[in-house]
Amino acid sequence: MSTKYVDSVSSVESTAHSENYINAKKGLMSWIVTLDHKRIGVMYLGSILFAFMLGGLMALLVRLELIAPGRTIMGPKTYNQVFTLHGAIMVFLFIIPSIPAALGNFMLPILLGAKDVAFPRLNLASYYIYVVGAIFCVASLLMGAADTGWTFYTPYSTTTGTSVVSMTLGAFILGFSSIFTGLNFIATIHKLRAPGMTWGKMPLFCWGMYATSVIQVIATPVLGITLLLLIMEKVLGVGIFDAKLGGDPVLYQHFFWFYSHPAVYIMILPGMAIISEIIPVFSHKTIFGYRAIALSSVAIAIIGFLVWGHHMFTSGQSELAGMIFSFLTFLVAIPSGIKVFNWVATMYKGSISLNTPMLYALAFLFLFTIGGLTGLFLGTLSVDVHLHDTYFVVAHFHYVMMGGTVIAFFGGLHYWWPKITGRMYSESLAKIACALTFIGFNVTFLTQFVLGSRGMPRRYYNYVDQFQPLHAFSTVGSWILGLGFLLMAFYLLASLKTGKKASDNPWGGVTFEWQTPSPPPEHNFNYVPVATHGPYEYKS
Amino acid sequence: MNMFLLAPFMPLQGSEYAKSVDLLYEFIFWLGVVFFIGIVGSMAYFVFKYKRVGEPRNIPQFSHNFALEVTWSVIPLIIVIVIFFWGFDSYMSNRIAPNDSLEIKVYAKKWQWEFEYPDGTRTLGEFHVPKDKPVKLIMSSDDVIHSFFLPTMRQKMDVLPGRYTTLWFQPTVEGKHQVFCTEYCGDGHSEMMAELTVDSQDKYKEWIENGGLDKDTPLDQLGARLYKSRNCNTCHSIDGTRIQGPTFKGIWGRTERITGGTTVVVDENYVRESVMDPNAKVVEGYERGVMPTYKGLLKDREVNAIIEYMKTLK
Amino acid sequence: MSTAIHGTSHGHSQDHHGHHDHPEYLQHHFSDAEQQVEASKLGMWLFLVTEVLLFGGLFVAFAAMRSLHYESFHEGHEHLSKTLGIINTVVLILSSFTMALGVHASQTNQKKKLINYLVVTLLCALTFLVIKYFEYSEKFHHGLLPGRYFTAHHENPHVSIFFGLYFLMTGLHGIHIIAGMSAIGWVLWRAIKGHFNSEYYTPVENVGLYWHLVDLVWIYLFPLLYLLP
Ligand code: HEA
Ligand code: HEA
Ligand code: HEC
Ligand code: CUA
Ligand SMILES: [Cu+2]
Repeated sequence: MSTKYVDSVSSVESTAHSENYINAKKGLMSWIVTLDHKRIGVMYLGSILFAFMLGGLMALLVRLELIAPGRTIMGPKTYNQVFTLHGAIMVFLFIIPSIPAALGNFMLPILLGAKDVAFPRLNLASYYIYVVGAIFCVASLLMGAADTGWTFYTPYSTTTGTSVVSMTLGAFILGFSSIFTGLNFIATIHKLRAPGMTWGKMPLFCWGMYATSVIQVIATPVLGITLLLLIMEKVLGVGIFDAKLGGDPVLYQHFFWFYSHPAVYIMILPGMAIISEIIPVFSHKTIFGYRAIALSSVAIAIIGFLVWGHHMFTSGQSELAGMIFSFLTFLVAIPSGIKVFNWVATMYKGSISLNTPMLYALAFLFLFTIGGLTGLFLGTLSVDVHLHDTYFVVAHFHYVMMGGTVIAFFGGLHYWWPKITGRMYSESLAKIACALTFIGFNVTFLTQFVLGSRGMPRRYYNYVDQFQPLHAFSTVGSWILGLGFLLMAFYLLASLKTGKKASDNPWGGVTFEWQTPSPPPEHNFNYVPVATHGPYEYKS
Repeated sequence: MNMFLLAPFMPLQGSEYAKSVDLLYEFIFWLGVVFFIGIVGSMAYFVFKYKRVGEPRNIPQFSHNFALEVTWSVIPLIIVIVIFFWGFDSYMSNRIAPNDSLEIKVYAKKWQWEFEYPDGTRTLGEFHVPKDKPVKLIMSSDDVIHSFFLPTMRQKMDVLPGRYTTLWFQPTVEGKHQVFCTEYCGDGHSEMMAELTVDSQDKYKEWIENGGLDKDTPLDQLGARLYKSRNCNTCHSIDGTRIQGPTFKGIWGRTERITGGTTVVVDENYVRESVMDPNAKVVEGYERGVMPTYKGLLKDREVNAIIEYMKTLK
Repeated sequence: MSTAIHGTSHGHSQDHHGHHDHPEYLQHHFSDAEQQVEASKLGMWLFLVTEVLLFGGLFVAFAAMRSLHYESFHEGHEHLSKTLGIINTVVLILSSFTMALGVHASQTNQKKKLINYLVVTLLCALTFLVIKYFEYSEKFHHGLLPGRYFTAHHENPHVSIFFGLYFLMTGLHGIHIIAGMSAIGWVLWRAIKGHFNSEYYTPVENVGLYWHLVDLVWIYLFPLLYLLP
């Protein structure tokens, strides 16, 4: 092999005094107007973690209210506002930008061997657009927060007195941020790959980002126009979605899900992309089925556009539509399965080290498989009629979003933390936090599958007594989960001050980012990187 | 042998259809368990077996296996196609209601369910149906979208404004069944419940004869119910305010001036006449033709009940 | 190992201003002008895709409502002035044409021509907006307004939906015209300062592409709103 293998201890000193993207320029202004994708990534990271904390606090309130039937800590109106904010913040402010805009922004150009994204100014603009959108969303809190659910179904949303306009306007603005990030990434991947890096040598993280970006660019404008129509409906009373005025409320649902189903793949594909990086590194083995994993991302992105109607099996759409949507839903499950099998096969005969990022990857496999397989219940017409809008759906999507994407995101955060900050976190605390999260998560949401099957509807502030034990159990789980994240916040913040300096390549990875100092210099590499081999070619 | 090992996961099976849905649920469940154990089991085994000790050495670097990859793509494909057809088939089997169904209209509004029977009986928040007879619900909403969910029948359908949707079931288990609203509709969403009672054929008959009440309900209580469920309250207040019609407060024994110059004392006959033929005597100051006739819609017992109710409104 | 790290004479971290051989317009993260041109073209095309989808959503909404309320939509479209619509269509096509000529002028180093063509394009756009203004004020005058502000006499119940969509679609298009005019203005300013030559004209080209799209959207809007029986 043509270069030296950088092992975990040898290069600690080499980075100690060198200039990097953090200390290259100083002062607040140098961050505010930076065009460096790494700094923008870090600013995104801070913002989305804040959003996650906010959304998580809302979740804890939701769970606390549900610990017993009837009023526990808040009335129905407040409850409805809290779960709406929880859903909207988690989706629009946290999970959609999470991996692409924060970790992706930081890592994608480095993994490609580029100096920056294709359009650095656009990149900074999309960050500020994100901030403005986020302000609108959170400001709606002060003006009587929206109480519509994150789906904003008409005609409820157009008739309720709460600040739906501010919330949807926020989501509308956030959409542009998402579009610009996607557009930027596509151009970067197409045009800025290092010499020698063919499509077939591109790390799978980049493939995942590519598929995600395609969806962002194609689906998000439709969300934009949907929300615009909704706002117009509310402000001018146009009547497109309101049966009283001659409109069709189900049309809104088609519009909304045409974006929001592909959006769930905007959420999961980046998570899968991270897992595809972590598993080979910590198994010290070539990824199994590179091509299958890369192409299945693209397949998911494409088929994912044709299944939106599976959210509307009980909406009164025609049987034919139901049949087609159900069938395509099943088809889109296959590429996900292919990925899962390939990851497991990668571990076969490897050399598996159980560092924190790998623990997250294993947790992902466990949880995403449950989340995905329960998606099959929901794709099945007659079974979904029973399960639709019950806690079964709530459990399904938390398993894929929280157990899938969020777990993968934290896996990625731990994986790249040394690269981003130049510091190591406490491995033992990290393992404890990971275990707490894993246990807490299952306690919280496994119960909800049973609740849902037994008929507990979602978005219920109050419930019939028979559901109480399971709800209480779930609430306790949410506290364990919260504890896990609190611990994580603690040791990550502590590592910034007291963590030991990270080497250039603490995990023995062979992709580009591990060949440049931690943290990377302002232009990512001190030399011009050239790809001569595939991204997962470990020495035997 | 009990076919339904997952019975504790599901509510009571209130119909044959519920059983067929559960069977499919059960099939997908065990299939999922097999896949889950396969995946997580091999993962755990690999972690245990190939745990790293020291520097990695002699790791075989293979990157694909065509036969294996085709296998694990095609087998799930076949399985999902089976699930798809099964689910589609059971869905379609329960879409078209039989012609002899009992048709009940369902009106949803924030935040209550109202039921109307073919004979005009209306009930609020609860309804009865006979066992073993197919029941078809024809539903619409006054305001936002609601959704009618009968967990024990494994049935659910959205209820939309400006449009009718239908749902049917054939109950096989007597007793009470819960109805939920499962489309978010605002503050009262979680209280928007109703109760279905499946009666034996005889008991159902008795119930419907009694205007949708048990036969031993006191008359004035029945009257109070009818006052609301037959919408008298939209035009007649009980607190003295004037709406579209005269208030019922203190109506019993009142002397009314009738358009045309006569007067009349409100008694049994006058009330009966007002309800069955409202235009016969129109109260002065009110418009003729506003009040609809309830001829054929209110049974004798029900008119008596309203009269008893009026007597209580001092 | 996947990568080889080559030492080269470009020590970027020590000397990132040292692109002596690079033209002024080349941004630091591109390795050559060709790469930069290709990237910005690709970016522009992707942006156009999002625009098409944005309007696509409106077209779908229009189609859905039209099929529900055919009579009302027919009545609504009778209120629109075909003549003004046709004039505006011609004006826009003309502007697209002059824009294309402008791009060609920039590719062939004809600075003066470029400036003239851009000015003509701007004037056409302005004409379009002025005509649109008269159309709008006429509608306002007659109460042909969206949704609950609709006060005009009408025979069919849902004419207000037609005008809701009319204002939404033409309004959004109008905003695009204004955005396009600002972009053309910016290119014009740079052209006057002599930024463009046959080596470097990507901004002109991209603004041109955008302008053609705005034009194209109108080419769909016009028959849909004004002509379709
Ligand atoms: C990250 C987000 C994410 C992901 C990845 C998915 C993935 C899937 N989802 Fe999910 N879903 C949501 C987020 C997500 N979903 C959300 C947010 C909602 C609710 C929104 C709301 O109403 O508020 C929802 C709701 C939802 C519904 C509507 C339910 C209802 O409201 O009634 C349906 C129905 O078909 C569905 C199906 C699926 C399927 C089939 C997949 C598949 O893609 C899963 C594929 C994965 C696997 C199948 C597991 C791995 C594969 C194997 C182990 C191989 C073996 C497999 C086979 C035998 C096939 N989802
Ligand atoms: C990414 C998406 C996401 C995530 C991560 C979560 C996370 C959680 N969700 Fe949420 N949820 C949704 C998306 C998400 N949810 C959506 C879309 C809905 C539907 C809304 C609707 O119906 O409209 C919903 C609805 C929903 C409901 C149903 C409400 C109802 O129908 O009435 C419930 C109830 O239990 C719930 C609970 C939880 C819990 C306990 C968590 C927990 O996992 C949260 C754990 C997090 C914390 C406890 C935060 C702690 C953080 C810190 C302490 C700081 C950390 C800082 C650093 C690491 C630096 N969620
Ligand atoms: C759509 C409006 C409307 C509804 C519904 C309605 N009423 Fe009336 N009712 C009127 C009006 C108007 C009058 C007065 C004019 C008249 O006597 O016809 C009236 C008069 C009466 C009177 C005579 C009152 C008096 O003071 O002399 C009685 C009794 C009465 N209604 C009973 C009923 C009952 C019982 C119901 C329901 C089962 C009912 N109404 C439903 C509009 C209504
Ligand atoms: Cu009615 Cu929810
Ligand atoms: Cu979906």
